[in-house]
Amino acid sequence: MKAAIVVFPGSNREVDAKVALKQATGKDPVMVWHRDTSLPKVDLVLVPGGFSYGDYLRCGAIAANSPVLREVKARADAGMAVIGICNGFQIVTEAGLLPGVLLRNANLKFVCRNVGLRVETSGSRFTAGYKKGQVLSVPVAHHDGNYFADPRTLDELEAEDRIAFRYCGPEGRLDSIYNPNGSIRHIAGILNKKRNVLGLMPHPENAIEPMHGSTDGKALFKSMVEAVS
Amino acid sequence: MSVPKKITPEIVAEHGLSADEYKLVLEIMGREPSMTELGIFSVMWSEHCSYKSSRVHLKKLPTKAPWVIQGPGENAGVIDIGDGQAAVFKMESHNHPSFIEPYQGAATGVGGIMRDVFTMGARPIANLNALRFGEPSDPKTRHLVSGVVAGIGGYGNCMGVPTVGGEVNFHASYNGNILVNAMTVGLADSDKIFYSAAAGIGNPVIYVGAKTGRDGIHGATMASAEFTEDSEEKRPTVQVGDPFTEKLLLEACLELMATDAIVAIQDMGAAGLTSSSVEMSSKGGLGIELDLDKVPVRETHMTAYEIMLSESQERMLMVLKPEAMDEARAIFDKWELDFAEIGVLTDTGHLVLKKDGEVAADMPVAPLVEKAPLYERPWIPTPLQAEIAARDVPAPNDLLAALKTMIGSADLASRRWVWEQYDHLVMGQTAQRPGGDAAVIRLPGISKALAMTSDCTPRYVFADPKRGGAQAVAETWRNLTAVGAKPLAITDNMNFGNPQRPEIMGQFALAIEGMAEACKALDYPVVSGNVSLYNETNGKGILPTPTIGGVGVMADVGRMATVAFKAKGEKVLVLGETRGWLGQSIFLREIQGQEEGAPPPVDLGAERRIGDFVRGLIEAGEVVTCHDVSDGGLLVAVAEMAMAGGIGATLTTPAGAVEAHGFWFGEDQARYVIAVPAKAAEATEAKAAAAGVPVMTLGETGGDALSLDGRAAKLAELRSEHEAFLPRLMGAA
Repeated sequence: MKAAIVVFPGSNREVDAKVALKQATGKDPVMVWHRDTSLPKVDLVLVPGGFSYGDYLRCGAIAANSPVLREVKARADAGMAVIGICNGFQIVTEAGLLPGVLLRNANLKFVCRNVGLRVETSGSRFTAGYKKGQVLSVPVAHHDGNYFADPRTLDELEAEDRIAFRYCGPEGRLDSIYNPNGSIRHIAGILNKKRNVLGLMPHPENAIEPMHGSTDGKALFKSMVEAVS
Repeated sequence: MSVPKKITPEIVAEHGLSADEYKLVLEIMGREPSMTELGIFSVMWSEHCSYKSSRVHLKKLPTKAPWVIQGPGENAGVIDIGDGQAAVFKMESHNHPSFIEPYQGAATGVGGIMRDVFTMGARPIANLNALRFGEPSDPKTRHLVSGVVAGIGGYGNCMGVPTVGGEVNFHASYNGNILVNAMTVGLADSDKIFYSAAAGIGNPVIYVGAKTGRDGIHGATMASAEFTEDSEEKRPTVQVGDPFTEKLLLEACLELMATDAIVAIQDMGAAGLTSSSVEMSSKGGLGIELDLDKVPVRETHMTAYEIMLSESQERMLMVLKPEAMDEARAIFDKWELDFAEIGVLTDTGHLVLKKDGEVAADMPVAPLVEKAPLYERPWIPTPLQAEIAARDVPAPNDLLAALKTMIGSADLASRRWVWEQYDHLVMGQTAQRPGGDAAVIRLPGISKALAMTSDCTPRYVFADPKRGGAQAVAETWRNLTAVGAKPLAITDNMNFGNPQRPEIMGQFALAIEGMAEACKALDYPVVSGNVSLYNETNGKGILPTPTIGGVGVMADVGRMATVAFKAKGEKVLVLGETRGWLGQSIFLREIQGQEEGAPPPVDLGAERRIGDFVRGLIEAGEVVTCHDVSDGGLLVAVAEMAMAGGIGATLTTPAGAVEAHGFWFGEDQARYVIAVPAKAAEATEAKAAAAGVPVMTLGETGGDALSLDGRAAKLAELRSEHEAFLPRLMGAA
């Protein structure tokens, strides 16, 4: 599998993502600079975490209008896999690849800690390596991860099995005490209609080796590789 | 435009120069200075930039060791960590700005210290911060805590550098003058360190980064004066940070540093363009001529005076090889940052500034630096306090009840509320997160790791500056040792009151003496530092606070100890001697309401012997659970280990111990608590005895409670006490 990572001014988890992709594929992903107007031929584009354009205007809003994102969108429409993590989730949402919006955390503070994540569907190339209902431990690190959409959109997401992950307790129970940012219906990650675009706030790339305290993020990268090979 | 202004004694005083200092200015200049020249003298000779009150004492600190590549005097210290790699680090204060405008003050403190580190060619890999606030009940405290923590997070998180450690204390002496000390550790190739000494007459002087505005003018001078009630009027002297620009500047500089273009580089921190241009030229023994009309500005009609004294953030000054200009310009264009050739190196030995076709300043560089005032200020030693014997301190009815009160108190409560607002995981190399003895960051691609910590016990320093100074150094050494790292060097951030008061100068002089002794005994030199004086409001000084930042290295991050109990049925041992020292202890303060007595003695020989022994056990893989004993004593240490691991312990006060409350809450130094498998305990004890290390069994791990001599407290209960303080104070869940 060939993968690319899009790098914006202010991206800061692109190296973490690169390490995770390399671990899964054995190859270095291509790093694509935001000013580039064309993408190399790849099977997957990862939009990494960080503070693209300093989060000015609105998280992800400026990056969503960068030249390279037009190209990412066109390829995604044609079926290529795209994963947006944290700021990357904000960017692909702002770009219209995913519905809804990411608001400021309910308590207005940045939050960095491991959270429980319940796998809501194994029916995607990103989550095929997990069992539905499986509980993962993966860190979050964000200021604006409070997912919101109107009830109709949310019902549609649920009806179409497009909620990938929800914040939960250690046994998989849903409760606001386990939700780090106040996101609606405890949503942590969602898929698009075609199931080839995933956006999520937590950082699976920071849970890929024993030193991280959890290796639960590994299966996500592994399933993406297996899906195309 | 520029109407020559007559320099009056009032103007001189407003610039923080004494009459004698101004006389020296006249002597150097041979004429009356222009306003711009006066401004430059003012900031260069400020306490903040010239160290005029502290230099004679700082010279006593050991700064050399075979592994020291660069000691104090550059932007940051540099040590060799083997394999062709170097650690670059420094700590710096941003106290006054943070009190006036907590968010921006703290944020730009973090930005400034990161710039100091990447100026040397290092990529920042970790941030730490040591914060001291007033009493929790002071009306300003919540506002300051909230703003400072958000500011540190706001800057560091955006930069993508993990904030992994530090300390937070509360004390009434900081009510009107908080301390915000920020430390950055960076990683560089040991043969690719960049310095600030200019070289090559005719070489271009390049300005890169953000544009210059009117913010922060006279920040360095403000940092060199006492606070009064109307300090809030000084808000315009606080700089405004833009971490996004700094992130671009970091990436652009590191990209440029990978080429061969740079002759010298210096960040524009305190005193901005003034100190950077003066430092570069003075270190190179050259002159420098700047055309200020070429400086990128973000406001119109800025004068030479304003441009030279602005402390706008995220700027760098470089001397480049002329043939590398195009390559360098392309890199800064890629990162969309200003890149302006603003001057040239000359052979005149003068700093010459041109603005609007006129010469705004023409002054000799060497005397500006070398003739800077130097004061041997009078000082008196701090009167020592009486020792307090444990038997003279009333025993509490219930040791566990006292423990609960203590671990829920302002100084011992969990700092989770703070560090969860910092991204401590970005870069993916965090091997030990906040909450342990020291943070541990693995180096990319290998198993080697750096450990880092910051420590100071200001109440000890106040009671006995020399002992307190030694203790601060020893505690960082111990914290690094407790995770299994070999301590290598320190950075010091000296926060004191008004040096013109002999008792304050006495605290300073003696703290340095104590620090120097500890550094020597532990082979642990000072490689960088910062002095912040005049930390007073309306004549009331802070507790003397020489914050120490320590850095150590471990060969294999797989052989690392953490504080958490790992398994039940393990033996809990204390290494080091427990005599029950309650003077200046947290127990005495929180339970008895007394802040007095002599602080615990620091036996540097024992410190080293016991520490080396503990590190040996960790390196051999025999110990993976270890915690240094400090604030609150043994019982607090064991409780922290139990809470971190979610495993309780059953403890018994050893027969023949001093008074039980002295034994469990005394703050004797040079001690570690370890937990080892029961069958290995005997061998460990034998080894300790052979190494001359006192060892005592405290009990055994297991269960969901902490039991002491038959009484018990549930871990869940302890944890809720421990976690409650900050969320309750800050009114947040």
